[in-house]
Amino acid sequence: MATETSTRSVVPQGTLYRGREGMWSWVAHRITGLLIFVFLLVHVLDTSLVRVAPEAYNAVIETYKNPVVGLGEAGLVGAVLFHAFNGIRVMLVDFWSQGPRFHRQMLWAVGALWVLLMVPFLVRHLSNVFGG
Amino acid sequence: MAAPSLEAPRSTPYRRSTSRRSNYEMYSWLFMRLSGAVLVVLVIGHLFVNLMVGDGISGLDFGFVAGKWASPFWQVWDLAMLWLAMIHGSNGVRTIINDYAQRDMTRIVLKTLVLVALVFTVVLGTLVIFTFEPCPVGPDGAFLEGVPSFCTS
Repeated sequence: MATETSTRSVVPQGTLYRGREGMWSWVAHRITGLLIFVFLLVHVLDTSLVRVAPEAYNAVIETYKNPVVGLGEAGLVGAVLFHAFNGIRVMLVDFWSQGPRFHRQMLWAVGALWVLLMVPFLVRHLSNVFGG
Repeated sequence: MAAPSLEAPRSTPYRRSTSRRSNYEMYSWLFMRLSGAVLVVLVIGHLFVNLMVGDGISGLDFGFVAGKWASPFWQVWDLAMLWLAMIHGSNGVRTIINDYAQRDMTRIVLKTLVLVALVFTVVLGTLVIFTFEPCPVGPDGAFLEGVPSFCTS
């Protein structure tokens, strides 16, 4: 064991899916995916109220227009954007020959892209939610 | 000295491979990636048009939905998004159930629930998109309360 570790770096670097960025992005991908799926069921159900009556739909949508749901929507968009960009990263790891080599750097690109889109979205959305 | 001759391998009526697995999980894996690539475009487009353009989330009401579904473009967009997202999501939850539910019965029950939710939601959503009436009228023939302004003009 001792000779084996001495030939490698002492700090574990992780692999594609075991430890560090590879594993935690996989965990986050699962959690966000499950969250989005549960929301999707509710989202199709409430949108179906347009088939009942305009006022039924408007009444339910009106109950969503408060800061608590507004913050939930911001979190949901954050989850969707992470899941989308990390999904592209997973596809690049699987299908691009250099993907596994750069999977860690690609996670930082996912984070950068996420911040880049979340900032203008949060400005727009939170001013709607809290600006009345 | 005659050249050594080799018999042809006895292949035909016998299966040399003992594996009779189907490729179901490989196609499931591939579907997640292909549908995911399409969903990135469909969902981010959906979020941009509904939350960023115009009045953003404050502008959402029956009239907003009616205005979108008056166009076949958004009907097809939302239909594709509904089917792909529901199958992608159900398949993802199926994977999670297979990973964490240890008892056979637990897996069967949970996956049945996911399948029921999948079929119900896809059928309901598809019916709503195709039978949607932007200017619904009541039994008296008058427009219902809350119809968009383009119905009366």
